[in-house]
Amino acid sequence: MIGASSIRKEGRAKVMGTACYTDDKFVPDALHGVTVRSQVPRGILKGIQFGEGIPWGEFTIVTAADIPGTNRVASVVHDQPFLVGIGEEITHPEQPVVLLAHPDRRLAEKARKAVTLEVEERPAILDIQASLDLEQVIYGTHNLLKEIRIQKGDPEAVWASAAHVIEGEYHTGAQEQMYLETNAMVAVVEQEAAGLRVTVWGSLQCPYYVHGALKQLFGLPEGQVRVVAMEMGGAFGGKEDYPSVNAGHAALLAWKSGRPVKVVYDREEDLACTTKRHPSRTRLKTAFDAEGHLLALDVDFVLDGGAYATMSPVVLSRGALHSASVYRCPNVKVHARAVATNTPPPGAFRGFGAPQSLFAMERHMDVCARKMGLDAVELRRKNFLRMGDTMATGQVIREDLDLGGLMDRALEEIDYHRKRTTFAAANDSQNPIKRGVGLAVFMHGCGFTGGGESYLASVAGVEGLADGTVSILAASTEMGQGKNTVFAQIVAEALKLPFDMVETAEVDTDRVPNSGPTVASRSTMMVGRILEDAAISFKQALVQQGFLKEPYTADGFREAVAKAVATLGSVKCYGQYHRPPNIAWNDATYQGDAYPTYSWACYAAEVAVDLDTYEVKVEDFVAVQEVGRVVNPTLAAGQIEGGVAQGIGWGLWEEVTMKQGRMINNQMTNYIIPTSADLPQIRVVFLENPHPAGPGGAKGLGELPMDGPAPALINALENALGPLRLDEVPMTPDRLLGRYEEVTHG
Amino acid sequence: MRGYLADCDIQAPASLAEALAVLAREPGVWTPMAGGTDLMVVYNAGRLQATRFLDLSRLADLRGIREDTTSLSFGALTTYTDLRDCRAVHQHFPNLVKSARVTGALAIQNRGTLGGNIANASPAADTPPSLLAYGAELELISPRGLRRVAYDRFHQGYKRLDLAADELVARIIVPKPTGRGFHYFRKVGTRQAQAIAKVCLAAYARIQEGVVAELRIGLGSVAPAPVRARNAEALIIGKPLAALPVEAAREALLDEISPIDDIRATAHYRKVVTGNLLGQMLRELANG
Amino acid sequence: MAKQITLKMTVNGTDCVVTVHPFARLLDVLREELRLTGTKEGCGEGECGACTILMNGRVVNSCLVPVVQAQGAVVVTVEGLAQGERLSSVQDAFLTYNGAQCGFCTPGMLISATDLLNRCPNPTEGEIREGLAGNLCRCTGYAKIVDAVRAVAADGGAAK
Repeated sequence: MIGASSIRKEGRAKVMGTACYTDDKFVPDALHGVTVRSQVPRGILKGIQFGEGIPWGEFTIVTAADIPGTNRVASVVHDQPFLVGIGEEITHPEQPVVLLAHPDRRLAEKARKAVTLEVEERPAILDIQASLDLEQVIYGTHNLLKEIRIQKGDPEAVWASAAHVIEGEYHTGAQEQMYLETNAMVAVVEQEAAGLRVTVWGSLQCPYYVHGALKQLFGLPEGQVRVVAMEMGGAFGGKEDYPSVNAGHAALLAWKSGRPVKVVYDREEDLACTTKRHPSRTRLKTAFDAEGHLLALDVDFVLDGGAYATMSPVVLSRGALHSASVYRCPNVKVHARAVATNTPPPGAFRGFGAPQSLFAMERHMDVCARKMGLDAVELRRKNFLRMGDTMATGQVIREDLDLGGLMDRALEEIDYHRKRTTFAAANDSQNPIKRGVGLAVFMHGCGFTGGGESYLASVAGVEGLADGTVSILAASTEMGQGKNTVFAQIVAEALKLPFDMVETAEVDTDRVPNSGPTVASRSTMMVGRILEDAAISFKQALVQQGFLKEPYTADGFREAVAKAVATLGSVKCYGQYHRPPNIAWNDATYQGDAYPTYSWACYAAEVAVDLDTYEVKVEDFVAVQEVGRVVNPTLAAGQIEGGVAQGIGWGLWEEVTMKQGRMINNQMTNYIIPTSADLPQIRVVFLENPHPAGPGGAKGLGELPMDGPAPALINALENALGPLRLDEVPMTPDRLLGRYEEVTHG
Repeated sequence: MRGYLADCDIQAPASLAEALAVLAREPGVWTPMAGGTDLMVVYNAGRLQATRFLDLSRLADLRGIREDTTSLSFGALTTYTDLRDCRAVHQHFPNLVKSARVTGALAIQNRGTLGGNIANASPAADTPPSLLAYGAELELISPRGLRRVAYDRFHQGYKRLDLAADELVARIIVPKPTGRGFHYFRKVGTRQAQAIAKVCLAAYARIQEGVVAELRIGLGSVAPAPVRARNAEALIIGKPLAALPVEAAREALLDEISPIDDIRATAHYRKVVTGNLLGQMLRELANG
Repeated sequence: MAKQITLKMTVNGTDCVVTVHPFARLLDVLREELRLTGTKEGCGEGECGACTILMNGRVVNSCLVPVVQAQGAVVVTVEGLAQGERLSSVQDAFLTYNGAQCGFCTPGMLISATDLLNRCPNPTEGEIREGLAGNLCRCTGYAKIVDAVRAVAADGGAAK
């Protein structure tokens, strides 16, 4: 079962158009909720005016003063209000202030424009440098949302004596997840004997995050809140933390109106207000010996965290932990900071900080190779981590790691050496089209960072149903990645059952335990492993209680389960995360095993640049990775291809244009994601190396493909054009023209 | 969806006469709508001033491609797909096929119309540069009758047109090129498909005995409206293919355009790329 | 303010009569009046293609069609592709090849793919990529979608 390309469980409903997404849910008697936002980056809210021409009496209106519990969104840090109250500080221009609901969604939209806010404006901080310079203190004492230091050896002792010391500064822009389905939520609040009961159905990755946020917002106990995940039209991290906000808004309106409330963002609102990938600035200083061995690395990594902490502390952590990439280095110092600005807070997006720091390091390796007169491939090979080496946190590589072999496979697939030669000759001509190839080698840590998995202590289970089939109980959500299918394969494999005897239960917090958030490339490896354990316990329980005898057939199993359910009423077995014995992490010192393991990859890109228009076309792309055992090759390839497409978009086209802290290109027409005509065939190769911690040997792979494309593309671009200042993504045609003119115009 | 439906109205006249009567009765009140591919976008975004619409989509008089010996005449309701599907257009006006093919994607091409593309007057529209290059004329209709204008005089500024409140664009007439022709079209968009132009350049030239006898260059996205590059054309016309004054033409061209910085590109980028496209066009022209 | 009008359409082979505002978007009429929620709104500006349907045999963005223009039209939505429980060849290939991940672009993508294969039974990869360029997908990188369309073509086309 593991290793088979089983058909997507919910695929049939998706191709028939019957899959029910949040806005498809028919809710009789519903009101439609809209959000009035601050519009200025910083100031004090002085008053709210409701303009003429709107029948305000028909509206449900919620402000901060109405909130029954705590006006703070439960997150890593409880710093963000659901609504800004009068007299309170506005800290970014898309901050929710007033919620309106009406039966006519078009009138609700019209009414939104009729509300005006009185704001006493304050000077704002709009970018990383202004925040670091403390032009204004807008958060804590130093505008720091989080600061992390990692130290190994002493780089300071190396600089003076090293043969080469090379510095570089790299920038990456914000990126929009651009899930096709915008954020959407339906809420119902009922008055029960036991008190309020809040239920939301929504497009969300992490039901128990929303659950926790609603408990805190309404001051309710565990059992009075229910969260149901609807079919989800993509997320990519964009529905990790934000749904706690809009679920709260929908629930507040439902509570005040006594009616169901639907809050569905349109694309413009979704783009302007919800989370993005953090913009970054990375300064690197590296020392090499005369042969090109990496001796010391100093990383100064800064993320723009926006107005509130949201996921920034953990995004920063993952970024910092990936900043040395796949290289052995005896002396490393990492100083990582997430700084506050008066912009809508960024959040989770596939890769989660790693794409930013890996872009810097993988770009820097090519720059260093050029400056030292070495081949970029051989420089990498010389410095690759191998079994027994230690990473920056002291984590020892315990697996038989062969990054050289991985890289060679990618070089061979893309025909790297031959292309380098032929392109170099052809690029000398008058033809405005210049070609190049480039690569990046990188890794992605599987599961939550550091002690995160121990802290989550996730639970998942299997349940026998009356018809003898098996249902999977987990709060992990399906966002297109294939969780329903892969979980069923893992459980079917553990129970030796056919695939169609196992289904996943609806993700409803009344029914499924907290298997943790659906993030961090953790579902297959972490939750899958818990399910594998739970499934085996389930089978053993059936055997021990005399319902099942081994060996058994599928029919025999079905009969045993049906009988057990008929006899006992309910048959469930749960498993829980157990920290593998050889894993240790110290969060105070940032020392130890940052992740239980990593997935490893080498991506290679071929580009053609048109020097008449500065357009870059990706002509070939090879993605070679080692992700342990591949559970479902077709779904896994789909994940890689989709991630590569997003990585190409981030590298070349996708730019969030900000003005006074607001995104001004917040339309699909003006935020450019790739179409089918913009992408090459993406060639995916899996090298399998089963890992003992994952179910059937599987590791995580969801985020990995986001990390490599940008540096591989920009390295290819340098190969095509020579040494330009290619230190930033997206490298849009406008930006590339500017870089080109720096050289040609002196 | 931010437009407020209850404030809106649309009427669908059964005949052209009826449509013109509505426009004459209440000039400026009713906004003509054909395929809706521009207006509905702005309406959905809640940024459309107009609330009353006149649906032209059923007016048979505004449909159809007619061919005679010297020209093709396109009804204003000719869609981009119609252009792509018409053999005579492929034969005589390859730039127009290319323009149609890069306008949005197929779902837009099936609905959007040539007349709408002209009357909507976006500086970034994809067919106007080709129409300018081919020396198109417009037939405008009102209860007062028909009137013909040269298309290169129709745009008078940003969304300002030589079109009275009671007039409609009825047909677009494009003379068939004769002799040895050279056709060039290139749109530089924000991506390879489903894109808005950052720069668009279309050109048609007639070559006679190794000399450029006729040349028209149409440009998009580099001025408040689609424009001709008359000064650049003048420098090239009459010159032998072997000695085209490329640099002088590039300088003349850059002097007659006025691109702006916007969300899609900087003015500087537009200038550089327009100059490069001109250079590429002239290289191809010279190389025959 | 306009009065509501009564108009007829044939939707997925069934004659329907709806009483609606003439300027209502066809997308909203399909989703709200006819409860055909397979057709999605991804952007409301004719950019993403999630609302793609066939109108009189041609693909259109239903978010850009005022319903008055659909008077008398023959409309096919994703719900009209299967015959009962029997998937069309294009639906079947999307299922087999994992052409649908999150599934939100899928209804529009299936309509465009069906239309492409009807017009062009043996498309090249370039023709597939151009034919589907009006349907944005954020999950797949289009690879499995292209595979699915190619497989249908190799197996005798969309009508099979």
